[in-house]
Amino acid sequence: MSRKLVVGFDGSDASLRALDFAITRAQTQSDSLLIAHVLEWSPYSFLTPSELEDRHRRRKEELQRAETSVMGPVMKRMEIANIPFETTMRYGHIAETLCRVAKEEVAAMIFIGRMGNSGFASRIFGSVAATLAQVAPVPVVIVP
Amino acid sequence: MKTSTQALMSAATGAMLATGPAAAQGIDETINTVFANSTGWFVSLIFANFPGTTFPWIVGWLVIGAIIFTIYFGFVQFRAFGHSIALVRGDYSDPNDAGEVSHFQALTTALSGTVGLGNIAGVAVAIGIGGPGATFWMILAGLLGMATKFTECTLGVKYRNEYADGTVSGGPMYYMTKGFAERSLPGGKFLAVLFAIFCILGSFGGGNMFQSNQAHAQIINVVGDYPGWITGVVMAVIVFLVIVGGLKSIASVTEKIVPFMAALYVGTALIIILMNFNMIGTAFGQIFAGAFTNDGVVGGAIGALIQGFRRAAFSNEAGVGSAAIAHSAVRTKEPVTEGFVSLLEPFIDTVVICTMTALVIIITGQLVTDPATGMFLLNEAGDAIQTVDGNSGVALTSAAFSSSFGWFRYILVVAVVLFAFSTMISWSYYGLKAWTFLFGEGQTKELVFKIIFCLFVVIGASAGLGPVIDFSDAAIFAMAVVNILALYMLMPVVKAEMTRYLERLKTGKIRKFE
Repeated sequence: MSRKLVVGFDGSDASLRALDFAITRAQTQSDSLLIAHVLEWSPYSFLTPSELEDRHRRRKEELQRAETSVMGPVMKRMEIANIPFETTMRYGHIAETLCRVAKEEVAAMIFIGRMGNSGFASRIFGSVAATLAQVAPVPVVIVP
Repeated sequence: MKTSTQALMSAATGAMLATGPAAAQGIDETINTVFANSTGWFVSLIFANFPGTTFPWIVGWLVIGAIIFTIYFGFVQFRAFGHSIALVRGDYSDPNDAGEVSHFQALTTALSGTVGLGNIAGVAVAIGIGGPGATFWMILAGLLGMATKFTECTLGVKYRNEYADGTVSGGPMYYMTKGFAERSLPGGKFLAVLFAIFCILGSFGGGNMFQSNQAHAQIINVVGDYPGWITGVVMAVIVFLVIVGGLKSIASVTEKIVPFMAALYVGTALIIILMNFNMIGTAFGQIFAGAFTNDGVVGGAIGALIQGFRRAAFSNEAGVGSAAIAHSAVRTKEPVTEGFVSLLEPFIDTVVICTMTALVIIITGQLVTDPATGMFLLNEAGDAIQTVDGNSGVALTSAAFSSSFGWFRYILVVAVVLFAFSTMISWSYYGLKAWTFLFGEGQTKELVFKIIFCLFVVIGASAGLGPVIDFSDAAIFAMAVVNILALYMLMPVVKAEMTRYLERLKTGKIRKFE
């Protein structure tokens, strides 16, 4: 049976490794991929009046940039891989949004790369991978 | 205005030639005199009394407006209060619109333009003149003003301009022109131009000079006296860097610190109030009694009412039209939702924060009463209640907070300067919108406005409190004259929107997103 695998992708080396790993899984089990790019965004941040005015235009620009510079390079890789796939771009808290995508699409697994920051910063702020491991509704594969 | 600007220029040149404290103080006085002389007529016109009374017509105008909107929309501020909070929490926001301006962001941005010195200094002015009873009228005005804010912000979103590049421009200028045209009412263009002129003046007055003036007053209160133009020039340079130089980092840092400052301010006020919890009953007793009786305050009970309404209007800007400019950037399919969200503003600003300031001033016993009669004593000039250390304005608030926590005056300086700064940034935007509405968009035209704006920062810090606060009020209230007139004309539009929306909400056509 063909399942859907969500891959959290941000264009980083770590996320490319996660994608490659997900591709090999999908090829052997004839699964399809959903490549999700989440733009970090909080509706509770504070903006100045001119930022408010500009927001809609900025959002369009951000999405366009993500499309060309983040999702663009993936397309080539996916053509070679020759497996069914979709892409999605969302705004929000990264871990929460990936969970929501997985739920909506009834995905079987989430694949995510690990930045490998074992240091002080991730102790304090947490990491996407760690959060996801705690809250995801489906199994999470964390690729080193 | 031209004369005062010229005076400032020559005064600034003078400062470079002749150094020394005496010369510098002279500059302040010159600016002050020129300023008072050139704005006096405008102030007297706006604050003229109803014939044969001591009641300024403008105060009546605002209150009657707020009462009419409250009744016309069936006490929308109470009926929709819960729904407003749900909207701000994002319960009704489509997840697919994430990344657009949220209701919360529009609300906080508009709030950072209004929460500020009005809540700290303005309340102290009201209590200092009108006594504790002014608080009662201030709260009432805040509650009524919620309906006014609802009306103007709904219209602001409904009639905004959306441009091809995705930016938006909205505000009273746009609902006056487009809304009036849609309903085939005459005079929309005229009102819009008039509003834009007053908005520019307001951005120089309450949104600018009052801010730098009170920031300076608070700084000298802590570090000792020095000429106001120094504070003015420093603040003007920073404002210049942000609005002309595009130094966004300063603005965004301020926008992020201001909410914390507001929380710190309210938190400290709450602690002081709770520390003196046995006084809370007495304080509210004074507030209610003072609202209806003459406790020896200037102008009696009517004086308390006038001061309360005046300060509330100046603090929450309901009916002024400024919030409609800030709120119109939100992305929503339903203009009325932005109205619901905006009605929280006067509540947070006036009913919560202003009341905190008032309670702290009253509870800490800053106002001097006659031990024999229990009446408030007036100061020597007879224009305000005598305070423990002879303070007024922001210094009075500072003294009240410091009487419990000595260190608070330092926090308050930082808070006042940041509040002043964020309000200036907001108002520079409102003023600019009005300016471009009148003169069209273009870099040079915008630069001219921004430079004039910065000059007024300097004038504000140099002029004495009296003339500045009067002009600030006058300019802001002049906006309200035009704006409320337009709101009367367009309120059926808002009612139709509201009824349609609430109907769908009730029948479940508008539902929460999980």
